[in-house]
Amino acid sequence: MSENTTTRRSRTHVSCTVNGDQVDFLADDGTSLLDALRDELDLTGAKEGCGTGDCGACTVLVDGRINCSCLMFAPEAEGCDIVTVEGIAEGDHLHPLQQTFLEGAALQCGVCTPGFLVSAKALLDENPDPTETEIRYALAGNLCRCTGYDKIVRSVQEAAVQLRGAAR
Amino acid sequence: MTITEDRPAYKWVGTRPIRHDGYDKVVGKARFAADRNFPGQLHGAFLRSPHGHARILAIDTAAAEVMPGVKAVVTGADFPDLPVGNPERDTGINLMARDAALYVGHVVAAVAASTRAEAEAAAAAIEVRYELLPVVLSIDESMADGAPLANPDNRTAFSGSDDPSNLATVTPLERGDVDAAFEAADVVVEREFDTAWVHQGYIEPHACVVDVGPDGRADVWASSQGHFRVRSQTAAVLDWDTARIKVTPAEIGGGFGGKTTIYLEPVAALLSEKSGRPVKIVMTRDEVLRATGPAPASKSRIRIAATNDGELTAIDGWIGYAVGCTNDMAGFVGAMSVASYKFPNLKMEFVGALTNTPRSAAYRAPSAPQAAFAIESVIDEIAQALDMDPIELRLKNAVVEGDLTSMGGPHPRVGFVECLEAIRDSEHYRSSVPEGAARGIGTGFWFNIGEQSSATVNLNEDGTATVITGSPDIGGSRASMALMAAEELGIDVHRITPVVADTESVGFTDVTEGSRATFATGMAVVNACRELVEELKARAATILGVGADAVEWVDGAAVAADKDPLPLAGITAKAKGTGGPLTVTASLNAGGAGPSFAVHCCDVVVDDETGRVEVLRYTTAQDAGTAIHPSYVEGQMQGGTAQGIGWALNEEYVYDDDGTMLNASFLDYRVPVASDLPMIETIIVEVPNPAHPYGVRGVGETGIVPPMATIANAVSRATGVRLSSLPMSPPKVLAALDER
Amino acid sequence: MRYAAPATVEEAQALLADDADAQVFAGATDLVPQMRAGRPAPSLLVDLKRIDRLTSVTHEDGRWTIGAATPTADLTRNEAFTAAFPGLSEGAGLIGSDQIQNRSSLGGNLANASPAADSVPALIANDGQAVIATADGTRTVPAAEVATGPGHTSLADGEFIVEFTLADPPAGTGDAYLRMIPRTEMDIAIVGAAVRVTVDGDTISDATVVLGAVAPTAVVVPDAAAALVGASVAGGTLDDSATAALAEAAEAACDPIDDKRGTIAYRRRVAGVLARRAAAIAVERARNGA
Repeated sequence: MSENTTTRRSRTHVSCTVNGDQVDFLADDGTSLLDALRDELDLTGAKEGCGTGDCGACTVLVDGRINCSCLMFAPEAEGCDIVTVEGIAEGDHLHPLQQTFLEGAALQCGVCTPGFLVSAKALLDENPDPTETEIRYALAGNLCRCTGYDKIVRSVQEAAVQLRGAAR
Repeated sequence: MTITEDRPAYKWVGTRPIRHDGYDKVVGKARFAADRNFPGQLHGAFLRSPHGHARILAIDTAAAEVMPGVKAVVTGADFPDLPVGNPERDTGINLMARDAALYVGHVVAAVAASTRAEAEAAAAAIEVRYELLPVVLSIDESMADGAPLANPDNRTAFSGSDDPSNLATVTPLERGDVDAAFEAADVVVEREFDTAWVHQGYIEPHACVVDVGPDGRADVWASSQGHFRVRSQTAAVLDWDTARIKVTPAEIGGGFGGKTTIYLEPVAALLSEKSGRPVKIVMTRDEVLRATGPAPASKSRIRIAATNDGELTAIDGWIGYAVGCTNDMAGFVGAMSVASYKFPNLKMEFVGALTNTPRSAAYRAPSAPQAAFAIESVIDEIAQALDMDPIELRLKNAVVEGDLTSMGGPHPRVGFVECLEAIRDSEHYRSSVPEGAARGIGTGFWFNIGEQSSATVNLNEDGTATVITGSPDIGGSRASMALMAAEELGIDVHRITPVVADTESVGFTDVTEGSRATFATGMAVVNACRELVEELKARAATILGVGADAVEWVDGAAVAADKDPLPLAGITAKAKGTGGPLTVTASLNAGGAGPSFAVHCCDVVVDDETGRVEVLRYTTAQDAGTAIHPSYVEGQMQGGTAQGIGWALNEEYVYDDDGTMLNASFLDYRVPVASDLPMIETIIVEVPNPAHPYGVRGVGETGIVPPMATIANAVSRATGVRLSSLPMSPPKVLAALDER
Repeated sequence: MRYAAPATVEEAQALLADDADAQVFAGATDLVPQMRAGRPAPSLLVDLKRIDRLTSVTHEDGRWTIGAATPTADLTRNEAFTAAFPGLSEGAGLIGSDQIQNRSSLGGNLANASPAADSVPALIANDGQAVIATADGTRTVPAAEVATGPGHTSLADGEFIVEFTLADPPAGTGDAYLRMIPRTEMDIAIVGAAVRVTVDGDTISDATVVLGAVAPTAVVVPDAAAALVGASVAGGTLDDSATAALAEAAEAACDPIDDKRGTIAYRRRVAGVLARRAAAIAVERARNGA
């Protein structure tokens, strides 16, 4: 049980794994995980597009599952394994999704891209051969206003093909 | 698919390289407006009006100023009072209310504090005494006899009158003899339409950091569609010298017209000046929806006359735009948008009317979608009345080079006919309509603009190049600049680094609007490259020991008879000895932006028990002139279409009687999600624009113009009842079905 | 605002007893947006997700026990649960995006007391029982008795939902939940309808119809159920007179409001439509499962 009883600005010490690294930070108890990642750890890949869980720009993996980091209080991350867009490449090798997004022109302004990449990775980790409809519903929590989703969906399809090929 | 007229063979133009800025964006390194923090920065927050229209009697900031963490407070009294007639007076009033709050959400005070929470708490502690004034919320209310004034400051533009008025603009257009044409017509269709306020819906909220130093100079970090405009508007609103302000462009997370004006920077500058600290302000989504850029709601009446063989002989009508709380050119711009058909007789009036709602902002082809929705719906009804194919009817009447625009001048070479033919011949249009579905056709265009741009091209010692422009990249324009430079210089596109530089590092460049970046800034890049090539040839002549006239530039190398080709890197390596650095700056005020036409086709099914519309299939054909990077041309077509589908089906501002927006979130302001849409098939039509070295037409905006009518025409054909009110949300469609 | 993550129900009870302004949460998918919209921040946030009992799903002795803070994604992925309660699984799976699904829970969805909560109609239709932690123990009430109006519940200060229990459905039972939203995802239901039927031979022997978003709370519609009981499903479909009576009863039970999401007339009309459609699916499931 963790509890903090400081009066004015109650700050909790949080220990977790972020992109494979053990990290420790102090966060106000009411701070979102998103703000902690951005302001304490300078990982600004995840964005705040709405702050209410409606746009998915802040999507990160928490213990392998996608979450809106804007809805999560930073102390909730204690002991968790967090992966942000900064952590999905393997060293200097882009994840196949990153590569197909680039080749398929799946980004225009790019502000929603980190959230889409994390959501799409979670989808393909669980379902290596999704239908177009499954992709569209799996990404419905991520808003993109530039692309009309066409090239995003196609890039996810292409990455799925590549990943299945690599797994064979 | 691309349909192209004969043109020169290009090596780079028309290819699809990975965009230069893409890597940073897929690994999370790209820095958008909210992604930078200045050392020692404070956080700003606003107090906004809860009233739709209210005189501000007094503001008491005393309690707020002594709250924890508070370092500065500003109100309207801190801003200079710009004279009526100053073009940025309204910009300044919109970002900080002076005598009156003009809409719910209008900023009345701002606070800078150590944390955002402290700033918000202090802003909430500011006390304002208001005297409530009558609220004007619709075109009808605004134009009613004896209507209260939405903004007593307003004068009708171009009217010569100094009387306060709710009218922003009144633009009549007339040619031919409309009365006689309607008298002689075989078929006449007349209908009234209305459309709701909609938002651009960019995912990145407005944000900036401003640091005003002890010397009074401001360092501004912000995302916008034009950092030179951020500079000029900030300078104008504060009555500062432009040279005091440096604006560095952040990556921009979507704009669609909504980031062609400013909301934050002058406030942050004054807070920074008062506190002596950098100040960061980031809007919430709620603030974005309540207080920035909706596109005007509209109301219209359109009547069109036709002969039995499908000649459209006359149009008359009226289109009104609810422009929000300050003067705006929406009505005037709308008048340019009825130029797709020959219409020998035309009598139209376009009006902009003020309302106590947020100051409207440009939204992708501003004013054209509302007009196209009405006109293209009536044309579809005429096709039904004549039992004529909707594309054949349009082909009979489509404008070609030399036909009149609505403003009177002749059209240049345009590709409307080619786009109609592309859809007519497409697999989609030739396929049978799926069981239970119906098909709709709609068209639209945007005239595009040129304006001022600058570009500097630097050749580096090793033969690589840097292309520096002042146009923020809102959808892949850096890649386009690099492609055009690669074509001119004859080097690999990835040996070129395209850069968007700050206001002190590149020449003046107008805001990215009117689909002008690839067209106009691209022309500046091409001009700079061509001048560089001349210089390269002269240097090569020196190196090779031949006459200047003996050198040709072929595929990235100087070629002279009896000499080995001298590649660019061989010349740059010897720059020092042949005259110094190889750099050229070009600037221009571009003319000849060619209009871009589009034709859309969609299949829909309507659930006749719930009124829900599903878009099954969608195809768009658009004239790009020449697609420099086809992937991003397709992206513009698809993105505009998706926004149009949202506008057609579900997006709308819902206000209560006091002008409070009830759906200020992405939960209830319903932009399309991935599962709402089908793939959006694209056909790029290339009818080169003769005014551009590569034939470019701006492509960014046209895509949003046709979808509302395209879908309405499909839904109307599916249900047998004409849908004339946007959005076509399920309750409205069900109500229309009941009236069948 | 402080944060605490108790490991047991008892620890949570103690925290709540000490601080009248404390607020329990599971996914915070409603709490955070409400706080951003001006709801006063509590002095203490009590995170229920670290209590094992609140995040476990068990099936023993003909009864399912669902921890109140269990992510709804765990329910929709649970094949046995989804086979037993396909309609409830559907309703739970409609709460927001995949991101939200990893946070949202039956307990949060019910305790937030939105009339439009997607998991609630089918939870009630399946006679879900809520086990509630009180100041010094637990009490059990039907899930239908928890929400009392928009944003209001019968939970006393310091009480929170620990788990839900559901009896295995009798043989020949099927349920279904449908909702009307303008988009395909991410919206709040304008109307929701859950139907559970039990089929005996070619006749419906038992039925429950529960509507969402058409009244201050989810509403059980006995007249709609009565229209179904005794109806023939020979040939696999409901007879027309039963569906008409069902739709009429569903419309009559509506006590909706006009708001930004829908009108009274629209909600009433579509309630009948969805009740009919949900009943058809429930019948098909009941026959397939029978």
